Amino acid sequence: MGEGADIRGGRLPAAAYDENFADLQPPLARQEAVVEAARCYFCYDAPCVQACPTGIDIPSFIRKIQTGNLKGSALDILEANIMGGTCARVCPTEVLCEEACVRTVQEGKPVRIGRLQRYATDALFATGIQPFSRAASTGRRIAVVGAGPAGLACAHALARRGHDVVVFERRAKAGGLNEHGIAAYKMANDFAAREVAFILGIGGIELHLGQALGRELTLDALRRDHDAVFLGVGLGTTNRLGLAGEELEGVLDAVDFIEELRQSPDKATLPVGRHIVVIGGGNTAIDIAVQTKRLGAETVTLVYRRGAGEMGATGHEQEIAQLNGVLIRHWARPVTLEAAGGRVAGVTFEHTRLDAGGRLEGTGERFTLAADQVFKAIGQKLLADELAGSGLAIEAGKLRVDDELRTSLDGVWAGGDAVAGQDLTVAAVEDGKRAARSIDRALGN
Amino acid sequence: MADLRCTIAGVKSPNPFWLASAPPTDKAYNVVRAFRAGWGGVVWKTLGEDPPIVNVSSRYGAVHFRGHRMAGFNNIELITDRTLEVNLREITQVKRDWPDRAMVVSLMVPCEEASWQAILARVEATGADGVELNFGCPHGMSERGMGSAVGQVPEYIEMVTRWCKQHTRMPVFVKLTPNVTNILAPARAAVAGGADAVSLINTINSITAVDLDRMAPEPVVNGKGAHGGYCGPAVKPIALCMVAEIARDPDCAGVPISGIGGIETWRDAAEFMALGAGSVQVCTAAMHYGFKIVEDMNDGLANWMDDKGYATLDGFRGAAVGNYTDWGKLDMNYDIKARISDELCIGCGLCHIACEDTSHQAIRFTQDAGKRRFTVIDADCVGCNLCMHVCPVEGCITMEEVSEGRPYLTWAAHPKNPQNLKAAE
Ligand SMILES: Cc1cc2nc3c(=O)[nH]c(=O)nc-3n(C[C@H](O)[C@H](O)[C@H](O)COP(=O)(O)OP(=O)(O)OC[C@H]3O[C@@H](n4cnc5c(N)ncnc54)[C@H](O)[C@@H]3O)c2cc1C
Ligand SMILES: Cc1cc2nc3c(=O)[nH]c(=O)nc-3n(C[C@H](O)[C@H](O)[C@H](O)COP(=O)(O)O)c2cc1C
Ligand code: SF4
Repeated sequence: MGEGADIRGGRLPAAAYDENFADLQPPLARQEAVVEAARCYFCYDAPCVQACPTGIDIPSFIRKIQTGNLKGSALDILEANIMGGTCARVCPTEVLCEEACVRTVQEGKPVRIGRLQRYATDALFATGIQPFSRAASTGRRIAVVGAGPAGLACAHALARRGHDVVVFERRAKAGGLNEHGIAAYKMANDFAAREVAFILGIGGIELHLGQALGRELTLDALRRDHDAVFLGVGLGTTNRLGLAGEELEGVLDAVDFIEELRQSPDKATLPVGRHIVVIGGGNTAIDIAVQTKRLGAETVTLVYRRGAGEMGATGHEQEIAQLNGVLIRHWARPVTLEAAGGRVAGVTFEHTRLDAGGRLEGTGERFTLAADQVFKAIGQKLLADELAGSGLAIEAGKLRVDDELRTSLDGVWAGGDAVAGQDLTVAAVEDGKRAARSIDRALGN
Repeated sequence: MADLRCTIAGVKSPNPFWLASAPPTDKAYNVVRAFRAGWGGVVWKTLGEDPPIVNVSSRYGAVHFRGHRMAGFNNIELITDRTLEVNLREITQVKRDWPDRAMVVSLMVPCEEASWQAILARVEATGADGVELNFGCPHGMSERGMGSAVGQVPEYIEMVTRWCKQHTRMPVFVKLTPNVTNILAPARAAVAGGADAVSLINTINSITAVDLDRMAPEPVVNGKGAHGGYCGPAVKPIALCMVAEIARDPDCAGVPISGIGGIETWRDAAEFMALGAGSVQVCTAAMHYGFKIVEDMNDGLANWMDDKGYATLDGFRGAAVGNYTDWGKLDMNYDIKARISDELCIGCGLCHIACEDTSHQAIRFTQDAGKRRFTVIDADCVGCNLCMHVCPVEGCITMEEVSEGRPYLTWAAHPKNPQNLKAAE
């Protein structure tokens, strides 16, 4: 562990940044899309549809790509999932629709549903057409808190049904983690913002930025002034390692860093360490590892306390990390944050294994990795402070909801990461959509 | 190793694979490349009287099926656009340089005896092995009273064939157009006129597509389109049927057949030959992939013949003709049922929905413990085998014979035949 950390921007030639943060998977060309679409068998009661949390009619949209009916194709997608464009880019399809594809069973090569979904939605966005319109006004006014996937999906579905929607968003920009969290190379060319504009394009949705529940707003007031409230606040904070030295300079929260990265127009200006250690095993850990590598870090080591099979990140994500030169080490947990000159200089890990009862235990053997920056990526959690005193029931760290996404408070619905379920964009969209249906029913429509 | 040498109507070639009269055989340059690649013979691009015709552009349309290019192909080209003199000079030279290859010259001149007599003499002088009378071209030439305008009138076919037989010692192949209601009429006329062989099929009247922006049929020539001739893989079933009709027709008296239409592989060729073709001709496949495809045609056919124990082409030529019969002679007692392999099934459900929506509701769909299962209800299965065709997994759905030794029973003898019901009353 040498003296003085090596942290700086501009590690790479200027052109490398554009390349490193361009589309991870380039869009399909027409011919490629038609050939890929022809691989779809048009299954009856298709397993892929059942595997999509939003239930997109996948065989139908793929067939329409084949016939050149791209508008019909995109609408099949967007009717079921208004963020079909983002989902096409960010869904872990290898554990969703593509895993269920009968071609996976047949030959281990699913139809590339995600990429076809992008082809169809890109085509619609390129036309600039706004295909959705609002039903006659109901005169109802609904508050949505949080302009992430859950909130926006809910707002759009309510606006379509003729309700007036007011969206309150804490940040300066809408989009939630689409705009602030997901890896930059999945959402290239400002896609999140373009999609938000498309969603708001239906009309009837007022967006108030810089307005936070628990800061400018109270739940009581929202309930008083609106016919219903939907909470799509996501997970406002992250888990702590619980080690001494966690406040040292150079020990960073992966989610915060990614947000900064997503918001910096010139990636070359972003200071990044020469040697990086990432702690965690989920997609956030993979994302921070790959993105710091792509910012020019020389070595990035991701350390996870269990085996590859237990990682939250899918096999595909792990492969991406490895292809990007990230070293993944399994079965080790951090025990000490090493400091030098008042800042972090490395992490000491202890090897782990499962004991006879299947519980994780340390082996006592240790090793130390030098690091200029240490990223924590060990999970997000609900920011309970903001909701304190609101009377909302919380269960296992998430807002408690019933099967229609109603919270414990009358007239208040919630969805997305803030409630139980998979923390995925597509799941958040589905929650927003289902909550809107329930709200609509509750309002007597 | 099987012997692929081929003789048809006295014309010999080292293998049965010839290039059909078309752009691939338009000039010495192409033909020499084809012979180098291993083609057994060519039918030279159709010659006509000078001055040569002039072509338009574009000339080709195509049916691209679900990402596969040129499943069907169509053209509005005419016969050769080079002078007779140049063509004859090249034919002479190529035949001299490649004496073992079949050189047949395709001809199309006006329906007058003198015209045919004159051109035949000149072709004979080249040393060519035979001529093919092009009565098939469906566009452009027919409007001038040639090509399919002749091929659709049996009397003309017979007359022109007879003239040609009188005026040349060369074998005469008559190339038939499929643009007729019954291929036997022109085939019998050719035989009556003394044809040494028939070649078929030429191309089928067609419009491959409509350009919906320009609102014109394809290929579009400055805003307009004309019907063209259809060929390529899509026409093979039609060609096979016509070849088989002629092969089994007593009046055609075993006239040798040069089979054409959609042939791409040795297997296609073997099918044509099993239904009676003596040699085969290829156009679209060569235009799609180049001449090299003949390598696989040659050794694929030879390997298959070795496997089957056929030493020469005669070993299987026409072997399927006897089994080509009429519906009325089929066995009504033969019964098959669909069998679905649980092991191979990938759960797509296409068999179920096909049978459920459009056939006999004989495939039950159940889900146990997340596994999608498809089961045939024997009592309802009529053995149509639609499910087998829609199943994307090879060998997953098979048809099992359950006839249980019942005797061969034709419709004529079937108890439900109204004729028999009446008789029984
Ligand atoms: C680094 C990272 C990478 C990810 N990558 C993927 C991926 O590749 N694929 C995938 O499917 N999922 C991915 N996810 C998960 C996915 O982003 C989330 O599941 C999804 O965004 C949840 O949507 P949401 O609307 O519930 O919450 P969020 O997207 O978090 O949106 C919540 C919104 O509410 C606002 N808000 C919060 N509190 C308040 C308040 N008190 N008042 C007002 N507004 C408030 C926030 O500012 C935010 O805009 C990733 C997550 C992270 C952290
Ligand atoms: C571009 C083109 C031009 C053709 N020109 C002729 C011709 O001049 N004379 C002829 O007898 N047949 C002509 N044909 C028909 C072919 O010889 C052949 O009969 C037909 O294409 C079917 O065979 P295929 O399916 O292998 O292409 C032509 C076909 C094509 C595609
Ligand atoms: S053979 Fe025909 S009737 Fe029998 S199960 Fe298959 S599709 Fe149904």
